[in-house]
Order: sequence, then structure tokens, then C-alpha cells
Amino acid sequence: MIELFELRKSFEDKKVLKGISTTFESGKTNLIIGQSGSGKTVLMKCIVGLFEPTSGKVLYDGRDFVRMTKKERMALRREMGMIFQNAALFDSLSVLENVMFPLDMFSEESYAFRRKRAQFCLDRVNLTDAAHKYPGEISGGMQKRVAIARAIALQPKYLFCDEPNSGLDPKTSLVIDDLIHSITLDFKTTTIINTHDMNSVMGIGDNILYLYEGRREWEGSKDEVMGAENERLNSFIFASDLFRKVKENAI
Amino acid sequence: MLLTSYLHAFGEYLVLMARTFSRPERFRMFWKQYVKEMAQLGVDSIGIVLLISFFIGAVICIQIKLNIESAWMPKWVSGYVTREIMLLEFSSSIMCLILAGKVGSNIASEIGTMRVTQQIDALEIMGINSASYLILPKLIGMLTMIPLLVVFSTTSGIIGAYATAYIGHILTPAHLTEGIQYDFNQWYFWMGVVKSVFFAFIISSVSAYYGYRVKGGSVEVGKASTDAVVTSSMLILFSDLFLTQLLS
Ligand SMILES: Nc1ncnc2c1ncn2[C@@H]1O[C@H](COP(=O)(O)OP(=O)(O)O)[C@@H](O)[C@H]1O
Ligand SMILES: [Mg+2]
Repeated sequence: MIELFELRKSFEDKKVLKGISTTFESGKTNLIIGQSGSGKTVLMKCIVGLFEPTSGKVLYDGRDFVRMTKKERMALRREMGMIFQNAALFDSLSVLENVMFPLDMFSEESYAFRRKRAQFCLDRVNLTDAAHKYPGEISGGMQKRVAIARAIALQPKYLFCDEPNSGLDPKTSLVIDDLIHSITLDFKTTTIINTHDMNSVMGIGDNILYLYEGRREWEGSKDEVMGAENERLNSFIFASDLFRKVKENAI
Repeated sequence: MLLTSYLHAFGEYLVLMARTFSRPERFRMFWKQYVKEMAQLGVDSIGIVLLISFFIGAVICIQIKLNIESAWMPKWVSGYVTREIMLLEFSSSIMCLILAGKVGSNIASEIGTMRVTQQIDALEIMGINSASYLILPKLIGMLTMIPLLVVFSTTSGIIGAYATAYIGHILTPAHLTEGIQYDFNQWYFWMGVVKSVFFAFIISSVSAYYGYRVKGGSVEVGKASTDAVVTSSMLILFSDLFLTQLLS
């Protein structure tokens, strides 16, 4: 479980996050949605500590991340996995080496064990055959799956995904969503996903936080989205004709 | 204004160096990176070092022989001057200037690209000190390889000089040998090595700094790579001035 209390972030005099409080529960896929520029990435980076919040608290199962020493942060980060918008694979390493990397760095186990674990993670994302390719040689969807395999190699308690579907076709997007969802259920991770993909919202939105100009505008589950009264949320979600029709049919 | 921005950059540089010089997370990984960097930054530079030094050694020898030597000078002067120039300046300072172009831009663009594609963020999220993991092996690798390159460079320069004697018949090998052995001061060799170690530190740390602090995209990576070469070349020239006085 991750809790935020009055999280604020400004760059010089530009206020990006204007006091966000919420709770992300474990074993659930928590979605953060909002327009481009609404502060989703900044929020996620504040949660994982790639940005220092201007003020506020971030609690990982009660542990205050913002006030931790460098050492404590490093230790907590070993419980985190993150999938970046562009996958951020190490391009000098093969797919297998990428997945093995966190294990090589932190696991005390033998080489054979680490390799087996990496292979298991690759199997989990259906990439058994690509192990010896390099990131430059595989498609965007495959890169995202490698990033997922790398993120789960050390069995993280907290999983972060920044726009996991950006740049992917609808079908591959579904595969990635399902993968993240089932990993969340299997390993009881606290999963936070930034997205503006409505298919993800309707598909795996256990909990949805709608950001509007750096504020928490609305929060609820995918079942509540359809009937939500919030005007800004509706104009965001039902921006496309297709979804407007879906809504009309639902009512 | 300019001064404060220089001071600011220098402060950032010091902070980065403090993070770089921390105990590696795992020596197995450090070792692997270290060997890789020695190959990529050092071994891959041997060719260019040998080539350039060979020609410069030959050219110095020819210049001295044909354009400077005169009747009242002893016959060994060409060999002597070639040796001293290679040892004192070319093999350390000039060669490091050339390597600043090759190695410096390589380091800055590699680290800069890792920054803009979020690979450095990915390292940080895993709880890894990215500065130490990425920069330390490059730095130590360069410090290891540069003295070797200095030796290669001097050797190749002398071979170049002999080529002018044996192939070009500009002077006799006996005169050249006499000059190369005349009044040899061993310290001059060590001076070149000591200077090159300082230059290696400048090239790798300054270039890593420019790469590491990149924000933006490919344009900024290109700019960082240019800045890295320009700044490390300037610093090499300045420190050459001080080191030469200090060590002489
Ligand atoms: N490093 C930064 N420095 C200054 N402003 C930033 C920085 N990162 C993001 N911003 C600003 O914060 C706002 C939110 O950005 P972001 O979180 O990336 O949006 P998104 O919701 O699309 O992920 C944008 O207006 C952006 O200009
Ligand atoms: Mg974003």
C-alpha cells in the first residue's frame, strides 16, 4: 500500500502538483489518468523519488520515503520495479542480460539460479525465444515486455508503469495490460499505472485517479466511471464519439 | 554571471565525483564493466595512437634533419630532438588532446544517451548508484590504459624516425641511434606518464559530467559531446602548463 499526503511539486515558480492525497492499495491496479501535461509523470517520479516533492508525504506501507536517508531509500528501491515510457532497456545488453541485471546486482544466488529466474520471467511475458536478441532488434511491444520481465525479476512489492501502452497497437496494448494485471494479482504488488488509454481504464481500472491540472479531480473504480457525474472527467473520458455512444447505450 | 555559472558547474562536478567514488555495489559487475571499458576506450585507441605517433615521429626527424640541422650542429641532433619531443610533449599532452576528441565524445554521448532514454533513471530505481556504476569503470579503465598508450606512442614515434633513416635515407641509422641514446634522462619518461594520468582523469571525468547532466534529446546529447571535448581539451592545455613546471 502506498499513501500520499498533500503531495506538492513546483518547478521554480510553476506549480505542477497542487496537493494530492490518496491511497494505492496492494493487489490492485491503480490507474492515474489525465490529459498530457496534467502531471502524471511528475507525480510518479515524486512517488519513486526521481523528483524531490516540494512538500507532502509518501508512505510505503507506513514508511515515509521523503524523509528517508539515502541508504534507506536504496534499500526500499530494491522492492520497486518500474516500467518506463520508452522501456529504457540497457541497449548494450541482450534481452536475457537485461532481465538478469537486477539479479546480478542484488541476488546472492548462483549464476545458474539467476539465469533460471530470468528465464522464468521471460517465459512469464511470453518472450522465451528472444533471450539472445538485443533491444534494438525487437519491436516496441516486445521491448515493453522485456521491461516488465526486468521489473519483476526481484519480485517487487511495488510496480510502477509510466504509459505502458504508448506507441503500441490496440491488440499489443491489451496483452501488456493483461500481463500487468495478472502479475499484480499473482504477486500482490501495489501497482500504479499512468495512462491516457481508455481501453486500459475500462479493462483493468481497479482504482482510477483522475488528475486535472495537478489536482485530484475524481477517484473511483472502472464500474463507477460510467455513471460518474464529474463534468471534467466526462469530457476527458468521453471525448471520443465511440465512448460517448458506449455510455449512451449503457444508460 | 558567467563566473557563477562556472562555479555552479564546478560544484555539480564535485558532487558527481563524490558519488562516483563510492564502493561498487558488487565487484563482479564492476570488474565486468572495467574490462569492457578498457577494451572500448583503451584497446580500441591503440590503432590511432600508433598511426599518428609513427607519422609525427617521422616528420619531426625529417624536419630537424633537413630544415634545422646545420654544419655546426652535431650529427646526433635529429634523433635527440625527436626523442625529447615525443617523450616530453607529444606522447603525453598532444596524444591526450587527440584522445580527448575520440574518447571524450564517446563517453559523453554514451552517458548522455543513457540519460535521455531514461536508462540512468532505470538504474536509480533499482537502487543502484548510477554515477558509480557507469563512471567509475570508465575512469579507472582510462587511468589504467593511458600510461600504456603513452609507451606505445613513444615507441611508435621512434620507429617512425627509424623509418626515415632506413626507408627514406634522410639520415644514417647510426646517427639516429646515437641521438636517441644521447644523454637520456629517465625522469622525462616518467614525467610523460604522470602527466598522462592527470589528463586521463580530466578526459573521463569531465566527459562523464557533461553526459550525465544532459536534459532533453539528441540535440543536447550532441552538444554535450562537443562541450566535453572542448572543455577537456582546454583543461588539458592549462594543466599541462602547470604540470610541466611542477615536474621539471
Ligand atoms: N523537469 C521539469 N522541469 C520543469 N517542468 C517540468 C519538468 N517535468 C515536467 N514539467 C512540467 O510539468 C507538467 C506536467 O508534466 P508531466 O507530468 O510530464 O505530464 P503528463 O501528465 O503528460 O505525464 C508539464 O507542464 C511540464 O512542462
Ligand atoms: Mg507522461
